[in-house]
Amino acid sequence: MYARFLISALFAGAAAGLIAALLQLWFLQPIMLHAELYEGGDLVHFGADKAATVTPELPGFNPVRDGLSLVFSMLTYSGYALIMLAAMGIAEDRGAQINGRTGILWGIAGFVSFHLAPGFSLAPELPGVSAADITARQIWWFATAAAAAAAMWLIAFGKGWSMWGLAAILLLAPHVIGAPEPDIFTGPVPTELAALFAARALGLGLVAWTLVGAFAGYFWQREGAHAEATARAGN
Amino acid sequence: MTTTTQTRSALRFVPALFAAALGIAVISLTGHVQAAALHDAAHDVRHATGFPCH
Repeated sequence: MYARFLISALFAGAAAGLIAALLQLWFLQPIMLHAELYEGGDLVHFGADKAATVTPELPGFNPVRDGLSLVFSMLTYSGYALIMLAAMGIAEDRGAQINGRTGILWGIAGFVSFHLAPGFSLAPELPGVSAADITARQIWWFATAAAAAAAMWLIAFGKGWSMWGLAAILLLAPHVIGAPEPDIFTGPVPTELAALFAARALGLGLVAWTLVGAFAGYFWQREGAHAEATARAGN
Repeated sequence: MTTTTQTRSALRFVPALFAAALGIAVISLTGHVQAAALHDAAHDVRHATGFPCH
């Protein structure tokens, strides 16, 4: 059983993380590199004599930096896959069907829990934007993700309006309370870049999570079938 | 019958808990620990996946 969790999570996380990293390098990396020119002061947005060009020369592919992005993306999504498979395993015990198709729904629920819900008040940040104390934001992030994940479970498996009402409260509460915000806005990065980055980060998050869900469901089912066949052959 | 079901559930539940704990540990490591080396290595992915960075 341990092996089934680990193998499914590693395969699903590595595959989805690899695709997510390639999409990130293509669609997000140029925006980050562009923003870093403002962060470092090479480009100036406000108060400059001459407006900065919107298509500056960007540093290209960096094997170490981008290679590390590949590795950490695969690790991150493997971690997410482990968490999702833990919930999938328990849900299957209670009668839910887990496979590649239902995994898509699981992936979307994971995206809402770990990306959309925290990002609703703590928007995906570009390097250089001003933000509140990191520890406070991390605590808020974990609390919001946990509350949203619980809400997703209640919506999917809860029965009756009391459960769904509780889910709505869990989804709303972190945002009514509010995320930690900076005292002043000092970010040197143009809002156009930040808005494009946030939109694309959330969009790619949905793609990556849908893939993680589908792959996790698929490998979970496959590993289960394999284990059953082996057991039957043993008898 | 009940005993079998309970044993099967317990067999599933403990590994599930283990998987969840390991998953949270991995996420904390790749997404949240602020040690400089880890932060720099994971920097771009942290921004892309919406983790609070810096």
